[in-house]
Amino acid sequence: MYRRSLFGLAAALAVAGTSLFAQDMIKIGAIAPKTGPLAGGAVVTQWPNVRLWVEEVNARGGLDVGGEMKMLELIEYDDKTNPGEHIKLAQRLATQDKVDFVVAPYGTGFNIATAPIYGKYGYPMIAVSAITDKMEELTTRYPNLFFTLGTTTAFVDGLKEIMIEQRDAGEIGNEIAMVNVADAFGIELADRARELFGEAGFDIVYDKSYPLGTPDLSPVMKGAKDSGAKAFVAWSYPPDSFGLAEQAIIEDLDVNLYYSAVATSFPAFKGAYGNKINNVLGAGGTDVDNPAIAAYRKAHMDITGEVADYWASANTYASLQILEQAIVGAATLDREVVTQYIKDNSFETVMGELSFTNNFSNTFWSVGQWQDGVFRGVKGSNVIGAVPVRAKSGWSE
Amino acid sequence: MLDILVSGLLLSGTYALVAMGLNLQYGVARIMNLANGEVLVLGALAAFWLYTTAQISPILTVFLVIPVAFIGNWLIYRFLLRPLVRRSKSQGALEVDSILATFGMSFIFIGIMVSIEGGFFLYKYLSEPISILGSTTSLNRLVAFLLAALIAAALYIWLHYSRPGVAVRAVSVSTEASGLVGINVPRVSALAFALGGTITAVGGALISTFITLDASIGVVFTLKALIIVIMGGVGEIRGAIVAAIILGLVETGVATLVDPGLTLAAAYFIFVIILLFRPQGLFGRRAV
Repeated sequence: MYRRSLFGLAAALAVAGTSLFAQDMIKIGAIAPKTGPLAGGAVVTQWPNVRLWVEEVNARGGLDVGGEMKMLELIEYDDKTNPGEHIKLAQRLATQDKVDFVVAPYGTGFNIATAPIYGKYGYPMIAVSAITDKMEELTTRYPNLFFTLGTTTAFVDGLKEIMIEQRDAGEIGNEIAMVNVADAFGIELADRARELFGEAGFDIVYDKSYPLGTPDLSPVMKGAKDSGAKAFVAWSYPPDSFGLAEQAIIEDLDVNLYYSAVATSFPAFKGAYGNKINNVLGAGGTDVDNPAIAAYRKAHMDITGEVADYWASANTYASLQILEQAIVGAATLDREVVTQYIKDNSFETVMGELSFTNNFSNTFWSVGQWQDGVFRGVKGSNVIGAVPVRAKSGWSE
Repeated sequence: MLDILVSGLLLSGTYALVAMGLNLQYGVARIMNLANGEVLVLGALAAFWLYTTAQISPILTVFLVIPVAFIGNWLIYRFLLRPLVRRSKSQGALEVDSILATFGMSFIFIGIMVSIEGGFFLYKYLSEPISILGSTTSLNRLVAFLLAALIAAALYIWLHYSRPGVAVRAVSVSTEASGLVGINVPRVSALAFALGGTITAVGGALISTFITLDASIGVVFTLKALIIVIMGGVGEIRGAIVAAIILGLVETGVATLVDPGLTLAAAYFIFVIILLFRPQGLFGRRAV
């Protein structure tokens, strides 16, 4: 009964565009959460970009594959934030829907969990929303898997650089308060941060974790406040990034550096807290003044009706541009040839020119900051347009 | 110490809001409603949606939610659950049937909510600091707590001092005996189910002012509600409130004094202890 109801719903949610000329289409399969704990992030970062890309390509008349224009047909499924469900659906995409290419899943764990099944069918997977230090090991084992958003160490390093700068500027001392969400993502980042911050001479005076979905984060924030540290770091997920910001405002947390990880870059973060969150740091970032990014953000707004998030949205779109250029460049739908093309070439994307070394693209933003209503990149790897970091002062409008 | 007391009590107000509705539905109408959390999130979605599109205050939304939720839940009971009640031969069979039916219903609710808003219900309302006995907290939590207290008091008085309230309590004790003394059991059950759903939806609207929810988070609240209802004793409003207060204080105490990572463990520890020594719940009646 349980399985059947799940399956029925999955089938109902499947949006399979039917066409009489299916052989002239390139079938693109996309599986990501529409429900479950990661849905709130996926509907901001993943889904709008998939739709934007498909619409834009089709508006241009499709992709030129060896002299023949082919339109894109999108087949999308909801994995319910359940890896088992995702693997079942991936099997379905490959064997029943017979899609030509896939959009990589949303979330680090999902990309790792599904690499074997997508690999088995030879799909190139250009992962975006996946951050880990185990990339080398993973890409050796799954040569079809590509990473584009950076490593755990790079994210901690970006923040560490800022902390050192702010310490030198006298804004913060050696003492920092650090919290993390008690799941794989938060634990891996906090572990790495303990090492790297310690090496840099920082003293983590408040170091606690909290379970995902904690309804009341006020004890966490009160503890951080009582520690007296002038820097606050949270390796957090949505919705606790929002909950922590709310408590910081309520408690009037007196810090000169405030960082929360995922979802700080969401437009809704600013939408809810207005200018109170001015100078808050977060994971990601982008350069809105870059003409390519500006044009992309405008198209995102025009076509999806949503403001693009200030981090992985652009990377997600860039990953689809890579897939697009690789299909056109290889002039075939043969997945093996396209995968090899991705490895051997560089691509013009909204993130600039991207290429892969050992399946890893080393161009990404690691830390951004809300500055007067815009979340700007302040630290990154091979990116231009980083702005200087500002110190946080107070939580008034 | 005062911090723990104030934060803990405010959190227990939230928990009471979550649990009172399920308690009526399970304790009186005998429906183990697994879509309870989704009804709560529907209330939250209404508050979020009206606030972001029309700047309607969530407090006002509460009064809009009341009639809609009452009628909606009454219809659900009348047309979806009554047939199950009628055909079930025993309490056990009804529980299994209602669990399956409401589990399916929860997916329908999630699907509806995702089609309206797939992202986070993120908005700010009364998110101002306020000091109580020297401990800082937010105004929206305090407002939700006061309204929770008001709802609990009203519910308690209604159940104990009004005729329909007594009928509801009678049905919660025994459906057969209530029928024998002339109580219209199907009607009282429908009333209790609709009232329970209404309280849950109102709770959702209030909770959404200080907790960021999304369409899929309902199950978290269903589980919390279930723990509180079973801890307090099925069908006992007092029990649910006392259990909510215990849970709120324990979670806040552990988060402050020990480690925030252990709040869940502490909550389940208390749950197991109570079940070990009072399997019928704090205020529950021993099964005859």
